[in-house]
Amino acid sequence: MLSFGKLDLKDKALAHLVTPEIEHLVASIPKPVGSFGYDPWGYNEDRFKFALGAAKWLYDKYFRVTVHGLENIPASGRVLIVGNHSGQLPMDGVLVGVAAATNPDGPRLARAMIERFFPTVPWLGNYLNALGGVIGDPVNCAKMLEMDEAIIVFPEGVRGSGKLYKKRYQLQRFGNGFMHLAMNHKTPIVPVGIVGCEETMPALVNLKPVAKLLGLPYLPLVPSLLPLPARVYLNFGKPMHFSACGNEAEVTERVEQVKAELRLLIDKGLQERTSLY
Amino acid sequence: MATAKNSTKKTVLITGAAGSLAKRVIARLQGKYNVIAVDFRRKVDTDAGIPSYLVELHKRGFEDIFAEHSIDAVIHIGRMFAHERDRMQRYNANVLGTKRLLDLARKYKVGQVIIHSTYMVYGASAYNPALIDEEAPLKASEVTQDLVDSVEVESLANIYLWKHPELNITILRPCNVLGPGVRNTISILLARPLVPVLVGFSPMMQFLHVEDMADAMVLAFEKNQPGIYNVAPDDYVPYQQAVTECGCRKLPIPSIPPMLPRSISTALNWNSFFPPYMISYFKYPVILDGTVFSQTFNWKPRRNLNDIFSYYRKQKLVAKATG
Repeated sequence: MLSFGKLDLKDKALAHLVTPEIEHLVASIPKPVGSFGYDPWGYNEDRFKFALGAAKWLYDKYFRVTVHGLENIPASGRVLIVGNHSGQLPMDGVLVGVAAATNPDGPRLARAMIERFFPTVPWLGNYLNALGGVIGDPVNCAKMLEMDEAIIVFPEGVRGSGKLYKKRYQLQRFGNGFMHLAMNHKTPIVPVGIVGCEETMPALVNLKPVAKLLGLPYLPLVPSLLPLPARVYLNFGKPMHFSACGNEAEVTERVEQVKAELRLLIDKGLQERTSLY
Repeated sequence: MATAKNSTKKTVLITGAAGSLAKRVIARLQGKYNVIAVDFRRKVDTDAGIPSYLVELHKRGFEDIFAEHSIDAVIHIGRMFAHERDRMQRYNANVLGTKRLLDLARKYKVGQVIIHSTYMVYGASAYNPALIDEEAPLKASEVTQDLVDSVEVESLANIYLWKHPELNITILRPCNVLGPGVRNTISILLARPLVPVLVGFSPMMQFLHVEDMADAMVLAFEKNQPGIYNVAPDDYVPYQQAVTECGCRKLPIPSIPPMLPRSISTALNWNSFFPPYMISYFKYPVILDGTVFSQTFNWKPRRNLNDIFSYYRKQKLVAKATG
C-alpha cells in the first residue's frame, strides 16, 4: 500500500509540474538525443521536463521575472549566452535557462557550466548532467558548439557570484576563454544583463578562511539561506559576432566590448525596476 | 604445418584467435586471404586451410611462425585480461609480447599492423569531458596500476607508428564491446543476474556489438589508413539503465569513500566481473568521439543498443525457463 501511495504522489507531482505547455515546449527544442533519450553528457529529456516545470514556477511566481529581447536568441544554431554573475547560488543561470527554454520565439536548451567538484557528489552529479549541466571544460564547450548547442557562460565565474553586496552590479574581471570559443567556433554571443539576482542573497562578508578550510570557493554571511524573492529583470541584447584575431590584446579588447554591452543592459534593467522585492 | 600458399592472396596473422572478436574477424577474412590463427590460451580449432598455433608472443616459438609463412599483415587482438593471470605475467604477455610482435613485424617486413586497444586507456575521471578525442591524454595509469599494461601497449605502438611508417600501424580504441561469446569484463558482468552498481553514480556509457567491431577491424585492415582511432557509436546510455535493459537486478553498493567499493570487490573476489581496478569506470564516464573512424572508413554500426542488450535479456529468460 505504501508503495502505491508513493507512486501516486510522484505521478501527481509530475502531472502538476510537467504541464502540457512544458511538454510542448520541450518537444519543440531542437536537441538530438540517442535511442534511450540521452546525449553524450547525460542530458535526459524526461528529467529536464520535470525540473523545467519546477523552475518555471520559481521564474513566474517567486522571482516574477520580466524579460526583454528573447528574440535575440537564435531559434537554432550555436550560441554563447553571456551574462553577469551574482547572488552566491547560481539562480541567475537557472532563470536564464528557463527564459531560453520557454522562449516563444523558439525554445532552446541552454546548457550551464557546472563546478568541477559536482560530478564527485553522489546523485547530484548525474542529476545536474540530466538537466543539461556539464563541467566547464573547454573540450566540452567546443564539442557542444560544433553540435550547434546553446551555452550559458558567466565569464566572471566565482569572482562574480561570490562578490559582496556593496559591489553589486559592478562587473568583475572577465576570463577570455569565452571569446576564444566564440571566435574559434564562429559562434555569436548574446549578452544578457541580469538585474535582481544580487538582491536574492546579499552577502555582507565573505568568511574566506572557513571557506578555504571546507574547500569551497567562498562562504558568505547572508541574511537568509534561501534566496530572497527579489524581482528579476533579464535583458537580452543583440547577437555580437567576432571574427578570428591574432593576439591576446585584441581578444581582451573584444571582451571589453561585451562588457560595455552588458553594462548598458544592466542599466536598462536597473532603470525599469520599481521595487526590489 | 605450412599450407600451400596461394601467392596472389595476402597472408594475415591474427592473435587472440580463441576470442570471440578474432573468430569473427577470421570468418570475414577467410577465403579472401591466407589466415593464420595464434592464441596463448589454447590451440584454436579452425576450418581447413587455416594454420593454428598455441604460442605466447614473448616466447621463442612465435618467431618460427614469421619464418615459416610470409606474413603481409598482423591483426593483434589477443590480450591477457586482468582476471586471467597475475600482474607480472600479464605485463609480460601484453607489453613485452606486443614489443616482440612489432620487432618481428619489422624483421620480416610485414606491411601492416592493426592493434586492438581499449577506451579504458583514457581513464575514468570525474573531470573527463565527454566525446574524448584521440589526442586526449591517456590517464588510465593514474587511476590504477592494473591498466599500466594497456597504456604501455599503446605508447609502444605509437613509437613504432612514427618511427617505422612502413609498418602501417593502426591503433583502434573501441568502447565496451558486447555480444554472444564475448568474455571481457563488462560482458561477463551483464550476463549475470545480479549486478553491482555504485549508489548515486550511473556514468554514461557506449556499447558496440562484437559483429560491428569485427566489421570495423576488417575495414581498418582493408582500407589501410594508419593512425589512432576511437571506435564508438553516437549513442549513449547510463550504466544503471544498461544493467536494467540487460535484464539484470541491481546490487547497490556504497560508493563513498572510494576505498569502500574497492574493498568490497576485493573481499568478495569480484575480479572477473567487477574488479577493484575498474570501479572508477562504473562511477565516471569515458565517452568517445568516434567521428574520425566513422568518416575515414565510412563505417557505422549496424546494430543498436537494444539489439545489443536484448541478447543478454534473452539469455536470462532462457536460463530461467530451463533452470
